[in-house]
Amino acid sequence: MSAAGEVVYLDNNATTKVAPEVLEEMLPYFSEKYGNPSSMHDFGGQVAKKLNEARERVAALLGADPTEIVFTSCGTESDNHALRGTLESYPEKRHLVTTRVEHPAVRSLCQYLGRRGHDVTELPVDSDGLLNEDEFGASVHEGTALASIMWANNETGVMFPVERLAEIAHEKGVVFHTDAVQVVGKVPLDLRHGAIDLLSLSGHKLHAAKGVGVLYIRRGTRIRPLLIGGHQERERRGGTENVASIIGLGKACELARQTIEEERTRVKELRDKLQRELLARAPDARVNGHLEQRLPNTLSISFEYVEGEAILLMLSRLGICASSGSACTSGSLEPSHVLRAMGVPFSAAHGSIRFSLSRYTTEAEVDYAIEHVPQVVKRLREISPFGRGATDRDARMEYGRGSAPPGGGS
Amino acid sequence: MWEYSEKLKDHFYNPRNVGEIENPDVEVQVGSLTCGDALRLMLKLDEHQRIVDAKFQTFGCGSAIASASALTEMIIGKTLDEAARITHRDIAEYLGGLPEEKIHCSVMGHEALEKAIALYRGERASEEDLEEGRIVCRCFGVTDTKIRRIVKENRLRTVQEVTNYTKAGGGCMSCHPQIEDIIAEVWGELREKGEEAAAPRPRLTNIQKIAMIQEALEKEIAPALRADGGDVELIDVDGDRVQVALRGACADCPASKLTVKSVIEAKLHELVSDSLVVEEVEA
Repeated sequence: MSAAGEVVYLDNNATTKVAPEVLEEMLPYFSEKYGNPSSMHDFGGQVAKKLNEARERVAALLGADPTEIVFTSCGTESDNHALRGTLESYPEKRHLVTTRVEHPAVRSLCQYLGRRGHDVTELPVDSDGLLNEDEFGASVHEGTALASIMWANNETGVMFPVERLAEIAHEKGVVFHTDAVQVVGKVPLDLRHGAIDLLSLSGHKLHAAKGVGVLYIRRGTRIRPLLIGGHQERERRGGTENVASIIGLGKACELARQTIEEERTRVKELRDKLQRELLARAPDARVNGHLEQRLPNTLSISFEYVEGEAILLMLSRLGICASSGSACTSGSLEPSHVLRAMGVPFSAAHGSIRFSLSRYTTEAEVDYAIEHVPQVVKRLREISPFGRGATDRDARMEYGRGSAPPGGGS
Repeated sequence: MWEYSEKLKDHFYNPRNVGEIENPDVEVQVGSLTCGDALRLMLKLDEHQRIVDAKFQTFGCGSAIASASALTEMIIGKTLDEAARITHRDIAEYLGGLPEEKIHCSVMGHEALEKAIALYRGERASEEDLEEGRIVCRCFGVTDTKIRRIVKENRLRTVQEVTNYTKAGGGCMSCHPQIEDIIAEVWGELREKGEEAAAPRPRLTNIQKIAMIQEALEKEIAPALRADGGDVELIDVDGDRVQVALRGACADCPASKLTVKSVIEAKLHELVSDSLVVEEVEA
């Protein structure tokens, strides 16, 4: 474990800790106030009131109207609802547009829809992980039912200009959905003054509980429900509400509104420090993704000649939690589809590590990682036959951005 | 997270015999950076061909490093003849078992050992000569020779098993048909020689046969068809005649019908009984 004997949690894009204030607000709704919000008695009615408050708090964080908020069970459900519900509303349109770097919640679904007879365009990204807007514009047409483009990438943190893309989609009469799971709570949003029709978010990525999500549906958007049942959520999502988690999500959104400024100041400074120091202390390292158009909390970094799972196991023993785009961590044999879509060489993709911070991350934790990560990489390079330099012809593979600390704003 | 045994973790965190031997009697390397794992093995032998020292360097995941560490521990003190009897299963067992998807790590260790012994004994003139065969899996550079050997040695029946053992087919998947062909060829040869399996297939009762056909269709055949919008349903089994109905995309495509019938038949021969005949019925 770490010096303090605690876990140094740098994996906040995977999940976050439930904020203490959130937990406190949730607890009464398991025990004393367990009524069903649909019931015709005050005991249930008080819960319904609290649900409405949560809806207002979520809407306030998104810059949306409370009636546009539909509570779901997770980000994946929101994505499924958005895509399948839209396609069902436009049966004559068989085409959809997405990207090669989406989260599996969208990517696997689009591939499934493709096998079921839909025509799917997967837009490529460049070596910085960015989309070409003109290419997007050329891909949508009258036969397109929906474009689904993530707001920020979970692995690299690279952000797409989805507000502009939504306007382009609208010009062609195409519904625009964005998976904003990694953005909500990290970057201020104002959906009211934008063109996005549908947006997915997940509670556990912003210090609420697991098992709750939201689909934002702009007023007037044609969409069928995914779960058909009771009249809950204005008949847009049947099923008794996950009351305590929804109330917790409301609180988490309120907290996020208060602390969001910290993300692009303190959290970003810590991320930049981590990036700067790791590049300085570990040779043959490179950052994956555009350095500016990126979430303030995310760092994807590749260490050549070492393999990501081995790094994670060693870090785990030191109490440091992170993720990898390496093949060996996923059970598949190929490294992350995101890094491959960016053309990151296999040799670098295998050694990629993602660090993701939160507002609970302290400077001491970042310093602890700065001290230990380069040592782990060095240790594994001592074991590796490639560590001494390019003995293998693969080691001389075309190599992109160098290991010098990036200039400019970071 | 993978479920690794304590012994495996120990060999990963505290690998034995890492490093290089000055003037080794034999040195080999298997795998590459692109593949995601590579192993360099060096051996020192005495005049009785006994391995007095072994050192390794590994680029790879936790189980790849642990497998190499275990291998060196297992072979030090053994003669080449004794070492040659070690299998990849022995390496996995030594580590307290490996997850299915990680078997290729122990296979890589074994491969390095095999290559080193062959090279030392002069059965191969140089390291390059060992790279014989035609590349089947381009993603991981696996040859038909290797796939054939692994299929034969381990009596593998599915592409997934071949991937678990060799990584072949785990990338873009475009070589899956070729791997299927190799599996079929190897089994054809095994059948000819009567070496199909350790235990010959028992005679099946009708109930057993139907259950096995049902399972083969459900688990091995239908998923592939469903991926392309088709499906298959078992209608009846009469002696060795298996009647199936094709559904979805398969049912509308006369060209695919022929292929599907032969694919189903081959699969049922492989998994259930060689005497089965598949018939397609409208139902």
